[in-house]
Amino acid sequence: MASSGQQESLSYERTGIPTGRLGMYWFLAGETTVFGGLIFVYLLYRWRNPEWSEHAAHLIDLAGAFNTLILVSTSVAMARAHAAVQRDRLDLAVRNMGFTLVGATVFLCVKAYEYSHEFAQGFVPSTNLFWSFYYTMTGLHAAHLLGGMVAIAIILIGVRSGRNAHRVEYVGLYWHFVDTVWLCLFPLLYLAS
Amino acid sequence: MTGAAHEEPTSFLRKYVFSLDHKVIAKQYLFTAISMALVGGLLAYVMRMQLASPGQEVPGYGMVSPAGYNTLMTMHGTIMIFWVAMPLLLAALGNFLIPLMIGAGDMAFPRLNRLSYWTFLLSTVVLISSFFVPGGAAAGGWTTYPPLSGSAALSGGAWGVTLWILAVALEFAAFLMGGINFITTAVNMRAPGMKLFDMPLMVWMQVAASVIFLFSVGPLIAGAVMLLLDRTAGTGFYNPATGGDPILFQHLFWFFGHPEVYVILLPGFGVIAEILPVFSRKPIFGYRMIVYSTIITGILSFMVWAHHQFVAGIDPRLATPFSITTILISVPIAVTTFAFIATLWRGSIEFKTPMLFALGMLGVFLLGGVTGIHNGTPAVDIYVHDTYFVVAHFHYALIPPVFFSFLAAIYFWYPKMFGRMMNEVMGKLHFWLTITFVNVTFLPMFPLGLMGHQRRISNPNFFEALRTPEVERLHDIATIGAIGLLLSQIPFLINFVWSLFRGREAGPNPWRATTLEWATTSPPGHGNFEVAPRVYRGPYEYSVPGRDEDWLPQNVSG
Repeated sequence: MASSGQQESLSYERTGIPTGRLGMYWFLAGETTVFGGLIFVYLLYRWRNPEWSEHAAHLIDLAGAFNTLILVSTSVAMARAHAAVQRDRLDLAVRNMGFTLVGATVFLCVKAYEYSHEFAQGFVPSTNLFWSFYYTMTGLHAAHLLGGMVAIAIILIGVRSGRNAHRVEYVGLYWHFVDTVWLCLFPLLYLAS
Repeated sequence: MTGAAHEEPTSFLRKYVFSLDHKVIAKQYLFTAISMALVGGLLAYVMRMQLASPGQEVPGYGMVSPAGYNTLMTMHGTIMIFWVAMPLLLAALGNFLIPLMIGAGDMAFPRLNRLSYWTFLLSTVVLISSFFVPGGAAAGGWTTYPPLSGSAALSGGAWGVTLWILAVALEFAAFLMGGINFITTAVNMRAPGMKLFDMPLMVWMQVAASVIFLFSVGPLIAGAVMLLLDRTAGTGFYNPATGGDPILFQHLFWFFGHPEVYVILLPGFGVIAEILPVFSRKPIFGYRMIVYSTIITGILSFMVWAHHQFVAGIDPRLATPFSITTILISVPIAVTTFAFIATLWRGSIEFKTPMLFALGMLGVFLLGGVTGIHNGTPAVDIYVHDTYFVVAHFHYALIPPVFFSFLAAIYFWYPKMFGRMMNEVMGKLHFWLTITFVNVTFLPMFPLGLMGHQRRISNPNFFEALRTPEVERLHDIATIGAIGLLLSQIPFLINFVWSLFRGREAGPNPWRATTLEWATTSPPGHGNFEVAPRVYRGPYEYSVPGRDEDWLPQNVSG
């Protein structure tokens, strides 16, 4: 018979993968199909409408590139936070998660500046299909980013008092996913001509 | 007992309302879905009355306008698929059975499970509230095709379809949470000794359905966001006037919508796979073959969607490959069905109520499955598309898993859920009335469709060709069947409530079954098992030679 502790909780890890990580994998698989579907549909339209590159030229490439840099560095920070948890350096994990929150806030501010700049030029979601896609895709991404920030903030508060350190890894996985989505959106929306 | 990952609650609210216990959450889903089934059934009653005597007042409802009929038809389909079929077969049965069948104390994520139910309840409230908004509830069919659904002016006001999208989105979120829970639990939390191929088929089917749902629903979520923006933000994703494409929505919808059929069917099959061996006292025939067929069905289900669009203006060269995959998918389904029939061969069959419903499921489903091949063939489909032939087909395909499998499951697992047996005489009466009236209702729809009767029309008399005594007679028969079918559920409801208080005490294993849920008390306490079960063998060891008893439970050594 297994150890008495296991017998009492009737909660097993048959695959050897922690249950939380396994659940996160499946969640991200589902999320992949949401953004995958959206990006696939965008590509279909994009091939049909080569003239969209003229609209894409109105996006601020520099802002997009800067935001890409920011997001990649926050992903690095989340990876470092996870590594710190493994070494039991919770203070370091908290600091890295804090950096991520600051970075994400900068990202959203830049994004808000871009939106207002584009609105001022008269490019709104109903202008044409390119702008519809642009606002839908970046908006959905920003919503995911915001959700991740809330999760990180909650976990950060817990880790500060020594609780739920294992969740740093799971929210990190999610964060890398949101980052990866942006790495697809940036070239497809800003750079492709 | 300390089996669950969470503490045993003491207050009423924590125990029965905001519960973390998978068994309580399963019952919450169960009762919500049964209530919604009554709503969906009453909508069908109003439609059937209108079709039998068009333009006359329907008792209990009043006059049915063409616009009102569209709402009835839309909400009937929406409710029956999303608020009855899925919560009953996946959420109620899956939640109750998966942890018990694999010997776990609870779901992998009990809090996520609770959030799933409350999100579902919120979606129910949103959907029901849409009946009472200006312009009425959604009226674009359960498929909600744009361009009609994409514009407030064309869809009966700003509210109906918008609330419909919101409600369905919440429902999807609830089932995604549930699905992630199901998969993780089955993969990670099996009791010591239980290998993947020792899992009861019900668990396989629930997991397969959850995986199919998880991978098919994403693109539709994106598509629904786009539809919502078309309605509210002035975008034109589906509007040809702005370069958009309404067919795109059909692709996104059916990429989800067809796999959804298997999301519902597979758990229905799972119920049958559990019941047949018990009442035949024989191991299931071809356990592994059923598992492989299920996996192949799941994969193929992603490659058939455009068979819904043969007349929608898709490239005709696309029709043939989709027709081939559609007919191909009937192969693994037929393998499963034949394995079920072979399980009966030379068994010592007991016709208890769960067994009757299980056999009824197979019989009725046969007709739905076979007519699916007609619809999957473009040459036939172009003729019968959007007629009552299709209505008859999908009711014959979906009523077996949703209605028969579910009822079989209730009669079978009721003792485990509530600790008491249901009444056999009333159960048998319920079965014979139900199977009779299902056929009285839906068989006439095949000839109606072949006569060219379109679906989704409020009044056949508007059409010259349908103003015949024959159409009228078939509609009358179907309506009598529908009313009979509704009334046939009265013995079930009485039996359900009466047995709660007066049913015979069940004991842990009233059916002499082998799977783990029967190895604990009825109903199981908090944490499910008093002694952690250990698994020694597969789930269907009946009539093992050389033993006094004709069943050998999974958790008994030697």
